[in-house]
Amino acid sequence: MKFEHFGTGIIKGLAVTLRHLFRKPITTQYPEQKLTTSRRARGNELVWDITKCTACGTCAKACPQGVIRIVTSAKPVENRYVVEKFEVDTGYCIFCGLCVEACPFQSLLMGYSYERAKYRRHEVVHTNEMLLPSAKRPASGYMYPKLAKALPPQTLLIERDEVKG
Amino acid sequence: MVLNPGLGMEYHWQALPPDWPGNFWWHWLAFSVIILAFVLGLVMGFIWLERRGIGRFQIRLGPNRTGPFGLLQPIADAVKVLLKENIVPAAADKIVHWLAPLVAFVPTLMIFAVVPFQDGALLADLNVGVLYIVAISSISTVGIFMAGWSSSNKYSLLAAMRDVATVVSYEIPVVLSLAGVVLLAGSLSLNQIVMAQDIPFILLQPLAFLLFFIAASAEINRTPFDLLEADSELVAGFHIEYSGMKFALFYLTEYAEALAVSAIIATLFLGGWRGPVLPPWLWFVGKVVAVFSVMFWIRSTLPRVRIDQLMALAWKFLLPLALINLVVTAVQVLAWPEASLWAMVPVNVAIMAALVVTWSRLLKLGGGRVEV
Ligand code: SF4
Ligand code: SF4
Repeated sequence: MKFEHFGTGIIKGLAVTLRHLFRKPITTQYPEQKLTTSRRARGNELVWDITKCTACGTCAKACPQGVIRIVTSAKPVENRYVVEKFEVDTGYCIFCGLCVEACPFQSLLMGYSYERAKYRRHEVVHTNEMLLPSAKRPASGYMYPKLAKALPPQTLLIERDEVKG
Repeated sequence: MVLNPGLGMEYHWQALPPDWPGNFWWHWLAFSVIILAFVLGLVMGFIWLERRGIGRFQIRLGPNRTGPFGLLQPIADAVKVLLKENIVPAAADKIVHWLAPLVAFVPTLMIFAVVPFQDGALLADLNVGVLYIVAISSISTVGIFMAGWSSSNKYSLLAAMRDVATVVSYEIPVVLSLAGVVLLAGSLSLNQIVMAQDIPFILLQPLAFLLFFIAASAEINRTPFDLLEADSELVAGFHIEYSGMKFALFYLTEYAEALAVSAIIATLFLGGWRGPVLPPWLWFVGKVVAVFSVMFWIRSTLPRVRIDQLMALAWKFLLPLALINLVVTAVQVLAWPEASLWAMVPVNVAIMAALVVTWSRLLKLGGGRVEV
């Protein structure tokens, strides 16, 4: 007969919560403090490299939502197609990444940013130059491990103190 | 043996005259205002303290955006709730639905009429104070049942019936454990009971304190006994169909009940307003807050019990222990030499430990196996 079952569990539990009282809270206070997302995160936008794109239209075909609209024209002098309009309506996008996986020329990448909410519907439609990569629109390493290596490693809740800010 | 009130008191503040400050009506007015301010103020404080405190107990921060340290959070909550639309279900029993929050809230407020904030500083020094509390506090249950029934919602009704079952079961250990205190003090008046506590009754009556704390927490449906608000089973319990001000009143009742239980425990077991140096009312408020802190500490720790466990705890554990405690106390009051009262403390603590350990063996589910 073991000497137990008389409230020891309750006392142990109370001791656990009491210890929590003296620990640092793990809450991340979002707008002020931010965790670094995964290097392979699928952010809330697409990044498109106009120089690599061959206007093949594979991405538009792969998209289950019909988000991508491409208008192309032939350029007989250089013997290739050119993109006249590359339009991504991120309002419909489910950020599945299928278009990125489909693109044969590493021309289309997932964005790394996530705060992309807008007040107007037309603001979430990105066209041509708006899609180009820039410091404000970094590309994520989704599908491309080499790109991922260049990004800062993900921070977890417990490492928050090292994040600073 | 009746402890001599006023014997060797460390207390040096003047007792208030029974009809301070003036005549009967001034007394009534002054204490009505004091009680309302005390209840509303401390309920606001409790809501803030509980949300922040539970946050810290769970390594979170809790609300910290409204005002410094989130101090304005209860006010923000109140404003939000007051601005909500008042929705009454089409099939509801309108009058009962309207009346229920009042029936639940008013008796809770009435409890404070007999709680002394200082020597003689109470609305009515009833010589049946403890009995009054026990009687009046049960009326809230009627309000909760009215709410559950009039909403014409199966979850509300289930929750209300659970509450009635809880109160019926737990009222008995509550009364029996209070009887031990009353025996020791030799009076039912809360002010006299405070006067009698040269040694706080938590030391002389540790078992009664434990039983009362558990049973009272169950009666006011604090976690782990919050079966009537079990959101995973009953959506929101008896106040599903309430919104706006009426919901706010139920919310207020919940915390006012917690405040009432804290105040009763502080008065009956922790020596009420008595304490050195600081003014008595400050001691009282401090003790009330301390008791409430233990309550939400427990809330942040324990998961909810099942309804059968709830009933088993009341009838198999609390009730027999309360009866034994009453008998032991009666014998002690008759036979214990008054001079060596301090010697009673270790004896009673030992009795409590022995009884709790022995009785816990009877409570095992599934023959002691964890899996059922
Ligand atoms: S991420 Fe998915 S939904 Fe969005 S554009 Fe690419 S394929 Fe379409
Ligand atoms: S799949 Fe790539 S290369 Fe082809 S159109 Fe889309 S982005 Fe351009």
